[in-house]
Amino acid sequence: MRLRSALPTLTACVLLAATATACGSGGGGTAADSATQELKGQTLTIAAVWSGTEQENFKKVLDAFTAKTGAAVSYTSTGDNLSTVVGSKIEGGDPMDVVMVAQPGVIKQFAGKGWLAPLSSAVTDAAKKDYAGIWSSLGTVNGTQYGLYFKAADKSTVWYSPTAFQNAGVQPPATFDDLLKASRTLSDSGTPAFSVAGQAGWTLTDWFENVYLSQAGPELYDKLTRHEIPWTDPSVLKALTTLGKVFDDKQLVAGGGQGALQTDFPTSVQEVFGAQPKAAMTYEGDFVGGVIASELKKQVGTDAKVFPFPAVDGGKAPVMGAGDAAVVLKGAKHPEAAQKFVEFLSGPEAATVWAKAGGFISPNKAVDPSVYPDDTTRQFAKSVIDAGDAFRFDMSDQAPAAFGGTAGQGEWKDLQDFLADPSDVQGAAARLEADAAKAYKG
Amino acid sequence: MSLRSPRSGRASGGALRRHRGLALLFVLPALLLLGALVVYPIGYSVARSLFDASGHRFVGLDNYGTAFTDHATLTAVRNNAIWVAVAPALVTAVGLVFAVLTEKIRWATAFKLLVFMPMAISFLAAGIIFRTVYDADPHRGALNAAAVAVHDTFNDRSTYPGAHPRPGGGLDRAQGGDITAPTSTRVVLLPLVGVQPGALPATARTAQEPAGGDGVSGTVFLDFVPGGGGHPGRLDAGKKGLPGVTVQLRDGGRTVDTTTTAADGTFRFGAAPTATTSVVMPAANFAAPYRGVDWLGPAFITPAIIGAYIWIWAGFAMVIIAGGLANLPRETIEAARIDGAGEWQIFRRITVPQLAPVLGVVFITMVINVMKIFDLVYIIAPGPVQQDAGVLALRLYLVSFGGGNDQGLGSALSVLLLLLVVPVMLLNVRRFRGSRA
Repeated sequence: MRLRSALPTLTACVLLAATATACGSGGGGTAADSATQELKGQTLTIAAVWSGTEQENFKKVLDAFTAKTGAAVSYTSTGDNLSTVVGSKIEGGDPMDVVMVAQPGVIKQFAGKGWLAPLSSAVTDAAKKDYAGIWSSLGTVNGTQYGLYFKAADKSTVWYSPTAFQNAGVQPPATFDDLLKASRTLSDSGTPAFSVAGQAGWTLTDWFENVYLSQAGPELYDKLTRHEIPWTDPSVLKALTTLGKVFDDKQLVAGGGQGALQTDFPTSVQEVFGAQPKAAMTYEGDFVGGVIASELKKQVGTDAKVFPFPAVDGGKAPVMGAGDAAVVLKGAKHPEAAQKFVEFLSGPEAATVWAKAGGFISPNKAVDPSVYPDDTTRQFAKSVIDAGDAFRFDMSDQAPAAFGGTAGQGEWKDLQDFLADPSDVQGAAARLEADAAKAYKG
Repeated sequence: MSLRSPRSGRASGGALRRHRGLALLFVLPALLLLGALVVYPIGYSVARSLFDASGHRFVGLDNYGTAFTDHATLTAVRNNAIWVAVAPALVTAVGLVFAVLTEKIRWATAFKLLVFMPMAISFLAAGIIFRTVYDADPHRGALNAAAVAVHDTFNDRSTYPGAHPRPGGGLDRAQGGDITAPTSTRVVLLPLVGVQPGALPATARTAQEPAGGDGVSGTVFLDFVPGGGGHPGRLDAGKKGLPGVTVQLRDGGRTVDTTTTAADGTFRFGAAPTATTSVVMPAANFAAPYRGVDWLGPAFITPAIIGAYIWIWAGFAMVIIAGGLANLPRETIEAARIDGAGEWQIFRRITVPQLAPVLGVVFITMVINVMKIFDLVYIIAPGPVQQDAGVLALRLYLVSFGGGNDQGLGSALSVLLLLLVVPVMLLNVRRFRGSRA
């Protein structure tokens, strides 16, 4: 095994040396070119999971980079198996230059395998200046920053139907107690408060994480993320009990727990914003807007509105989410250009390009809020920026996949069982702890 | 398979050796292929099952210990047992019935083609079809659409599904769902919530105060003003009456009188109230609409998937059995008929015993097939019940590649599965030998 993992590095070094000489000899004649075309003649390879609209918008960012530096950029969409694709490219001795990685756990895994090059000081300095510290620390492994978060996602957003709210005469609530009160009024008006997508386990983990982050605070959230406290901790029991106040009330969840377990994510959005509304609210991240606009052909901001996930028990309102970070691979053929590209991504200029196209929020404080195309997106960006260091990355995304990321087992399954019987808080916590212990050990 | 040719006994030593060498040469490609594709993977799996998830640490039989203490794996073993006990027998039985029936009908070929058709569909597609068929929502799931249609033919739908009294509003809701006004005065107000304004019947009028006078009178009304406002429990402006609600006057457990509310929600009983009478709105007024059976719930999921499996494989069984049926000697049947045997007797005492070898082949093929069942379970069972529906092959995939990435435990499961299949394989091989002899 040791020999096999050493080989790609060796190959990469040889390649690197070859490129360096090539650059050196080729660069002599063009040294007089303007500074803006300093990377002309180089072709950066970049990989990310994005496809479709996201790919198109990211390409606009790449075009802006080309216009600025003269470097050509070739983009590969890896599909869902980013780790596998990157891994096989590296083993094959043909690594990409820059890869966009979502989870901090994957950055850690890549760094652990020695696949990543540390980011240049230009990038880390820019990150220090314009980003909340949390974003740098998410990209940092053992004191070295490998990842720069370019794109953020806000998963502390409750989507509601203004018609249903108006009908019931309620306002978007700011605290969890107000949310329960508003929910009961909504159910009195004849519209169940929530559509919960219980058939997809990840929506339930996000519910829990928001309640927990606000109620127990960021420190305990981090500890639970690293499994330094057990899932049987009183703070977890309390959060589950709070969550049970919604899940256990048949009037508040459309179809009750059993109905929710048969609702998948697109259906839960449709149940609120579709032709025959069956619920007034659905909780999930900013991407719900995309489903509303593209599949249901409704206008976000008028037909569908958002309020931030309310604060629980006097805590701060949670801001939980996700993001995509750029990392430079160690064997990159154009290491300098790759660092330049990440530096470009760290600045407000690149973020502005995608922000204008929509479906994007930047964790960069220097991005002018006015560039976002609509108020809803601006609202998301504002809450991510305002949260600063209180922002937390999705907990289940940081847990081992067997616990936090697999259908039918681990946290997904345990929370689904909890949704089926929310009165059994102790049992749910015990099952969560048993599964977590197993997954974190492996 | 013997390498020894009949003449080799008499051949000289050199010729024998030459024969053997030649034979080995011819067998070699097959042996190599078998070795590389069958023997080596089995050996590797056995070895891998003795190592931990990373593949570096030798753990002995720990993985097998884990397999037998893991709740999900035990469920998988139980489900595999159910599958083996039920599915092959049912497929064979259904196939037999179809085969015998198609002998007697006119459009036999068309019918056979139809029953065999599912075999032409990939398991993945069949799984997706059945996931939709079993869907709990009657608007999507064909089976529940039928169940609801039948149910609603014999039972009336309730007028106000989901309507309920405001919590703490003074009305009691009994365990069965009956809503009771606790005290019995001459005039009762029965405020309800939980009805969408758009769901009110067109005949609904603004709620009126009860008329009063002799007997008991009251109003059933929707205690909610669109847009909020008003006072809970009171007859404010803008609140509508609920027409068509059945209201009963009860005295102790006895129903004294029954009536239905008018367009403005009012009702009236002639009988005077006593100390023990109460006004009751029976649960049937507010029953949630019948939603059919939860096929994909934890209770029914395995039978539901077995149903899909039978749909696919019954045609195969039918074709094989029909083949056997065509080769049966007719004399015995005709002799039996002359002796005065009925059709059922012929089927039970002559056709089935004579078909036994064919039925055996179908049955055993199905047993082996069922043991490695994977795709249908993976596709049909939704996430929340995946563990309840789990079978060994699915478990071994999920453990190895579906998040856990513990290929040690996965290999242990695959070895267990192999051990379970081997006896049936041996049986099958022995049968083949027997039938050739």
